[in-house]
Amino acid sequence: METDRSSHPTILEMQSITKEFPGVKALDNVSLTVRAREIHAICGENGAGKSTLMKVLSGVYPFGTYDGDIVYEGAVVRFRDIRQSEAAGIVIIHQELALIPELSITENIFLGNEPGRAGVINWVEAQRRAIELLARVGLDDDPDTQIKNIGVGKQQLVEIAKALNKNVKLLILDEPTAALNENDSQHLLDLILGLKGKGISSIMISHKLNEIEQIADQITIIRDGKSIETLDVKADGVDEDRIIRGMVGRTLGNRFPEHTAEIGEVFFEVRDWTVQHPLTTERLVVKNSNFTVRRGEVVGFAGLMGAGRTELAMSLFGRSYGKFISGQVFKDGQEIKLRTVAEAIGHGIAYVSEDRKSLGLNLLDTIKRSIVSAKLSKISRGTVVNELEEAQISESYRKSLRIKTPTVEEGVTKLSGGNQQKVVLAKWMFTDPDLLILDEPTRGIDVGAKAEIYQIIRDLAAQGKGIIMISSELPELLGVSDRVYTIFEGKITNELPVAEADPETLMRSMTSSSQKVDA
Amino acid sequence: MSAPVTEKSGGFDIRDLKKLFGGGGSLKQFGILGALVVIIIFFQIWTGGKTLQPGNIINIVQQYSYILILAIGMVMVIIAGHIDLSVGSVAAFTGIIVALAMKDWNFPWWAAILLGLVVGGLIGAWQGFWVAYIGVPAFIVTLAGMLIWRGGNQFIGDSATVPVGTGFQVIGKGYLPEVGPNFGLNNLTMLLGILVVVILIALEVRGRRTRNVMRASSEPIWLSVLRVVILGGVVLVAAYLFATGRVGTSFPVSGIILAVLVVAYSFLTNKTTIGRHIYAVGGNKHAAELSGVNSRRVNFFVMMNMSVLAALAGMIFVARSQASGPFDGTGWELDAIAAVFIGGAAVSGGIGTVAGSIIGGLVMAVLSNGLALKGIQSDLVQIIKGLVLLIAVGVDVYNKSQGRPSIIGLMTRNKGGQAPTDDATSALVTPGGGTPDTAVPADLKK
Repeated sequence: METDRSSHPTILEMQSITKEFPGVKALDNVSLTVRAREIHAICGENGAGKSTLMKVLSGVYPFGTYDGDIVYEGAVVRFRDIRQSEAAGIVIIHQELALIPELSITENIFLGNEPGRAGVINWVEAQRRAIELLARVGLDDDPDTQIKNIGVGKQQLVEIAKALNKNVKLLILDEPTAALNENDSQHLLDLILGLKGKGISSIMISHKLNEIEQIADQITIIRDGKSIETLDVKADGVDEDRIIRGMVGRTLGNRFPEHTAEIGEVFFEVRDWTVQHPLTTERLVVKNSNFTVRRGEVVGFAGLMGAGRTELAMSLFGRSYGKFISGQVFKDGQEIKLRTVAEAIGHGIAYVSEDRKSLGLNLLDTIKRSIVSAKLSKISRGTVVNELEEAQISESYRKSLRIKTPTVEEGVTKLSGGNQQKVVLAKWMFTDPDLLILDEPTRGIDVGAKAEIYQIIRDLAAQGKGIIMISSELPELLGVSDRVYTIFEGKITNELPVAEADPETLMRSMTSSSQKVDA
Repeated sequence: MSAPVTEKSGGFDIRDLKKLFGGGGSLKQFGILGALVVIIIFFQIWTGGKTLQPGNIINIVQQYSYILILAIGMVMVIIAGHIDLSVGSVAAFTGIIVALAMKDWNFPWWAAILLGLVVGGLIGAWQGFWVAYIGVPAFIVTLAGMLIWRGGNQFIGDSATVPVGTGFQVIGKGYLPEVGPNFGLNNLTMLLGILVVVILIALEVRGRRTRNVMRASSEPIWLSVLRVVILGGVVLVAAYLFATGRVGTSFPVSGIILAVLVVAYSFLTNKTTIGRHIYAVGGNKHAAELSGVNSRRVNFFVMMNMSVLAALAGMIFVARSQASGPFDGTGWELDAIAAVFIGGAAVSGGIGTVAGSIIGGLVMAVLSNGLALKGIQSDLVQIIKGLVLLIAVGVDVYNKSQGRPSIIGLMTRNKGGQAPTDDATSALVTPGGGTPDTAVPADLKK
């Protein structure tokens, strides 16, 4: 595995790290070596132990709570908290950004590190340095702008500026592009590459394998709390399939289920759907959209983040988003009104949100109570819930969807992302929908679970249900859908049977409205 | 309902003991119930046996029943993610109206009680409207309510005390009557105790069957027996104590009202769709709304319900003190809120149980009563109560932050756990299934 890159000195060596939680060995003898001027990706399925490893490194789990040694810049380090690791130049940027929305960019950059004397902040100095740091990350916004007023892509850059201010030598990025659109992602990746050129190493955790392939020098694969292998991207000729093989420990024959769709007649139709932004009345987030769904069909919706996909779906689902302006919905030839979520559910429509944790689940709840929560009336007599039926129903979903849990009485927080998503799917399958709207159904879940979710989607379609699948991942849309619509700036710009669609065509329609095709 | 289950009972496994009052966590889940028992034993010894004398426990029930009634409503408000500071003032406002209705407008006592409940409902609708439909935080709405209804009480009553008649006093001062032959104890109280034990046994049999089907495993039979023996024993001892008080006293009417409410609201929160919706809205409002729950209606309901219960508590208090006064109910909101949080509810909503809150309220009640018996001054009592609240919740929060199952939380949130209940006054076991993470319903299956 040693290559000529070994000429760079080793900056970090984590040796035989073992971390145990009561009853679980989260990390088992994991080793990780990062060299200077290197981008080192860590890959693994959810729950493999990536984040735990980074928490050990950054001192979130202090010295003494794990076994093994961390050698950083040639010396064994024993961080007792994050401040100590940051002082040593190791800065971690979490997936959930640690910025205060109400404070300005400058205030956020220097939060906890304010320049000044005796607690009195030197704002002139702060401002000067903020402008300097923003220039380094390629952000030209006014540093007085409040964080809440800039997009998530720019917020990510502010986080990096904040790290640069701490004289970062080793930057740890946990799923940095998960919430970013293509453009912002690319900008961020370029920035990370640029930092590498200036001598800053990065450790990057990401599920987006194409990005890893693009920028990583080395990849360490972790599986079930063990470090499996370290690959050199160039020397070993690593591609996505190679990474996936390492992550799942087997070759995934086909990531997408084989299927022959039996597509019926059009049963769901939306005409002229127009929705206003909830706050800015002059802004239309969905404009005159027309589309149809047939029975047994998976309809993909492709669009960049912010294109209006989620807004379209949520506004249909009981007007959960925005201000409705005009449009009609037909189901089985009859016009239906969907003024509330309850009405939508009543008409056999289900919406699986892209944001599982804040919109999909009550994280305080158990699996079984979550599964029945969208249609309690189905197992209630009058207002009294039949808990025996609840247990039996959720148990049957546990088996059929293969939700990995010892019992359905477990809290949903204890599940991995993929299994939580299965619970959400079960919750909506329990409502007996005719139309399922799946918004980013595989976001943030690991490769193995993704394949299972795809299979569930196809199975539902095979039962004659109509499926709308919104996704940012074009391969997924092309692999699972029968027909694809593209959305750009709130307008449907194209409609293609999947056989005629390819990533380039779709991307063109997702980034311009020039190819307007009448649906 | 009655799928065949392999019986492999008989073998004694000490680990099964943990399941005595719920699922498989650890013995810590006895938590606050254990604390209550310890406090009772401590005061029983310290006061030289005065704590568990019939006269004293009757007194505790009468004196704290209205706080416990408030705690029932308050825990629902808190689960939904709100707070209600106005309960004391609402109680006082209702009290004066009811007292005047009987004195000036010659309402019979039963009509006055109905009027009081309607007044509570109207106040609750008013507050619920602001919280649920306008979106003003409940803290603000009820802070305003605290001023409005207190002022209303003093305005209407001219800051004077208005006495109430003996018919009305029954709900606060009354006891179960003496009937039947004289055995030297109150027959109805003893009968009530026996009835409760019979219900307990029936629920255990039924709950056991359901649990075995749901978990696809059978729990040892001795566990059920032990459970019934312990709970039944507590009930019978309590009934005996209540029945053997001073002649003319027995189980108080206010205790019966409380017991009925505890059972009814435990059922409501655990077993009904509205109960589920309250937990859902408190746990994650957006997810609940996207599941078709009308969160406004839920918020309106919990706020309105709270004021109705506050009105009832106010009337019981007026009945007991034989008059409505301008300072009735001062500070009640704090006692009720303290009871709820000692009982394991979460400040952020979504977590809490009626049973836990009642136990939390009893902890405070026994503590205050015991200190009073020892003649500790009220200033010191307040300090001690404050510290108990802080430490109880502090231990809970600390344990959670350490990733350890919390003492209080375990009772309500433990995997597969059920909240154990001790309610010596109502002597009815209610399952803790009301909490999101709680498991199987047991005893209240209807």
